[in-house]
Amino acid sequence: MPSARYTREIPQRYRLEAGKCSSCGKVYYPPRRVCPCGGRDFETVTLSDTGKVVTYTIIRVGPSDFAEEVPYGLGIVEVDGGVRLMAQLVDVPLEEIKAGMPVRLEFRKIYQEGEAGIICYGHKAVPA
Amino acid sequence: MAGIVGWGCHMPRYRIKVEEIAKVWGADAQAYKKGLNVQEKSVPAPDTDTITLSVTAARRAVARAGVDPAAIGACYVGSESHPYAVKPSGTTVAEALGATPECRCADFEFACKAGTEAMSVALRLVDAGEVTYALGIGADTSQGAPGDALEYTASAGAAAFVMGADNLVAECEHTYSYMTDTADFWRREHQYYPQHAGRFTGEPAYFKHVIGCATAIMDKAGLKPADFAYCVFHQPNGKFPATVAKKLGFNPHQWEQGLLCPLLGNTYSGSSPMGLTAILDVAKAGDRILHVSYGSGAGSDGFVFRCTDRIAEVQKAAPQTRELLEGERFYLQYGEYAKFRGKIIMNVKGA
Amino acid sequence: MRDVAIIGVGANPKWGELWGQSLRDIFVEAALAAIDDAGVDHVDGMYVGCMSSGLFAGQEHIGSLLADYLGQRHLPATRVESACASGGAAVKMAALEVASGHSDIVLAGGVEKMTDVGGGDATYALGTAADAEYECYHGATFPGLYAMIARAHMDRYGTTPEMLAQVAVKNHDNGALNAMAQYPFHIRAKQVLDSIMVADPLHILDCSPITDGAAAAILCPLETAKKLSKKLPIKIAGFGHATDTIQLAQREDMTWLGATAKAAEQAFEMAGVAPKDVDLFEVHDCFTIAELVVIESLGLVGKGEAGKATLEGRTARDGDLPVNTSGGLKSKGHPVGATGVAQVMEVVKQLRGEAGERQVAGAKRGLTQNMGGSGGSAVVHILEVA
Repeated sequence: MPSARYTREIPQRYRLEAGKCSSCGKVYYPPRRVCPCGGRDFETVTLSDTGKVVTYTIIRVGPSDFAEEVPYGLGIVEVDGGVRLMAQLVDVPLEEIKAGMPVRLEFRKIYQEGEAGIICYGHKAVPA
Repeated sequence: MAGIVGWGCHMPRYRIKVEEIAKVWGADAQAYKKGLNVQEKSVPAPDTDTITLSVTAARRAVARAGVDPAAIGACYVGSESHPYAVKPSGTTVAEALGATPECRCADFEFACKAGTEAMSVALRLVDAGEVTYALGIGADTSQGAPGDALEYTASAGAAAFVMGADNLVAECEHTYSYMTDTADFWRREHQYYPQHAGRFTGEPAYFKHVIGCATAIMDKAGLKPADFAYCVFHQPNGKFPATVAKKLGFNPHQWEQGLLCPLLGNTYSGSSPMGLTAILDVAKAGDRILHVSYGSGAGSDGFVFRCTDRIAEVQKAAPQTRELLEGERFYLQYGEYAKFRGKIIMNVKGA
Repeated sequence: MRDVAIIGVGANPKWGELWGQSLRDIFVEAALAAIDDAGVDHVDGMYVGCMSSGLFAGQEHIGSLLADYLGQRHLPATRVESACASGGAAVKMAALEVASGHSDIVLAGGVEKMTDVGGGDATYALGTAADAEYECYHGATFPGLYAMIARAHMDRYGTTPEMLAQVAVKNHDNGALNAMAQYPFHIRAKQVLDSIMVADPLHILDCSPITDGAAAAILCPLETAKKLSKKLPIKIAGFGHATDTIQLAQREDMTWLGATAKAAEQAFEMAGVAPKDVDLFEVHDCFTIAELVVIESLGLVGKGEAGKATLEGRTARDGDLPVNTSGGLKSKGHPVGATGVAQVMEVVKQLRGEAGERQVAGAKRGLTQNMGGSGGSAVVHILEVA
């Protein structure tokens, strides 16, 4: 991933920074400029790092950057407070993953650009 | 006087047993287990590196410290397995915590004592009044060469300390450093695995520097082994730290709490710092702790810590080291371990 | 706005791995087939649906390229992109250009040439229909996203792997009768369930394939259709177009396709009809679960009932809700940008009575539903005998 594109999303990837609409209070991750309610003012908030799995799958045929990691769990996690995001589900036997499972978001390496490119970090969900 | 405001520890959940490694290389597992006093070691998954371990350990340290990360003025990570040769691990850790942009940073390297050097410098930067809080972190995901004795112990883990001047959990009463140019263990640039000088890594390296440092710091402090509730030394295996402790005049009940190696392996820059976190998890107000690291090349950093009343308030504020060590873990076979550690020659993407 | 009719449809004769044909070859073949089917000698404008000629073939600017290669110098032509709904969107744009009175004969085509890149690069290209920063970044694949929808649908409604498999079986039963299909053969449910798992719970046989192919349609004002062409004019009675959150995590209900539901509402209203008035449905079965959720979201069956309806045979060719008589994406193939146009082609043929062994008896009205990504966009057309 080009450095500029990666660096720009660091507040979201590293610190789970989201945007809360000042008009209607809805929180968006990642943040945005306009809320469907019409609001254009947002306040920066940080998402909770605990939550539960809403739905999931186990990727067995992965995209090339992730080909060596299959099989891996991938799911939609709803953090405390209601915001949902996508994250890999790790440190758990695959057959034990289920909807409703409590999880915690932990800082992990997401992928790297081969042997010479940058290393990209973010969060994955581990059993809480 | 500066000291520890908060501590945190992290390690992967994956393990591999000595028997599993020994069977691949036709070695005598029981002999290794007895000789090294090690049963199993931690293994980092491909998504775990010195940076990720440091971030989680540092977040736990900040939770115990109860400070605003923006007030952290320095972030020092000591490791011999920094993910980049050029681009410090500390910048990612600081960014993940929210300590940037007003934050000093550079990475430390001194084999297994890089973490304790980071801790010393963090303490002294606070003492100098330059920063309010400084992070000193020791973390590693070091590689052991296949079939080498070190493969049984080279493991992964991190310990982080928020150093400050107020609200301490432990005052740092003394520091000392004992260092010489001794080529017992090293890795040249571009080499994948380290080299070591066999039995030369014992007496003239580990023992000389640990004993030299421990003796000098106790002297400087006017203290004897009996004055300490706990001691923790660098743990390249489960034997050396007990041997050196005994030589210095300590008893098992002083070193047992901090001796993690038998189940964890040698976490290199994380080694004695993680042992220290295990002690802080249970120490009581007034307890004195002697902490002496060892890094090949070679040198030892010594610390005398004294716990305060505040320590009991935060011991449970984050996961405890022995809970992480002895909690749910997943055992790997050698093939999975080799895959996780990047020891398998993969194809280059060409087509 | 004028009423719009379709007077010609065509595709290249076989969809699949067309090693000897380039993107330009495939498109021109399909476009000429449609032009000849209509019997017109020129077009006034062209829209080409194509998801990613850039990533698959290193070629952008294909409106210009294909107008040139079609021998239509100076033709106003544009590529339309809405991921897998590109074809449907191209048809809609063409219809609007005719309806507005601006043009009299407009070609709506779609093409995708997917086999010039390896599997890994194809997966990457397809993945760009999802959220690159917050889904693909974490290792999501399209089967993975639909697998998550499947899991949620199974957890909520008790939908089973057997129900998913039956979608594939049924579509292959239809595709086996379609000469242009990539996989013109029957399969059994057990084969689907035993095939390798791609993203739990979706097996490889729950997934539509990687395909090279193109399709095209010629649109004109209904009032001049009979003058321009001998073919039975098929009227575009209604269409609808809607988008939804691109990220699956931000959907209100993971078991519902909101863009499809909204687009269908618009189309039914414009056409002045209800689902019960429609005789056949060509829907976007990129994965078996997609067909189930789509027919619920279109209002053909109640929420959670699509699996049962499929097992009962209601969506078979001879059922009361024939779905994907062409073989669907699963059996016919899914050259991404072409799919939406090929769906229109199937309905046109059915309404003309030209569907041979796949014919739905007495079909007078058909619906196409074309969807992008994990449901982030949808285009619905309702066609009827004029």
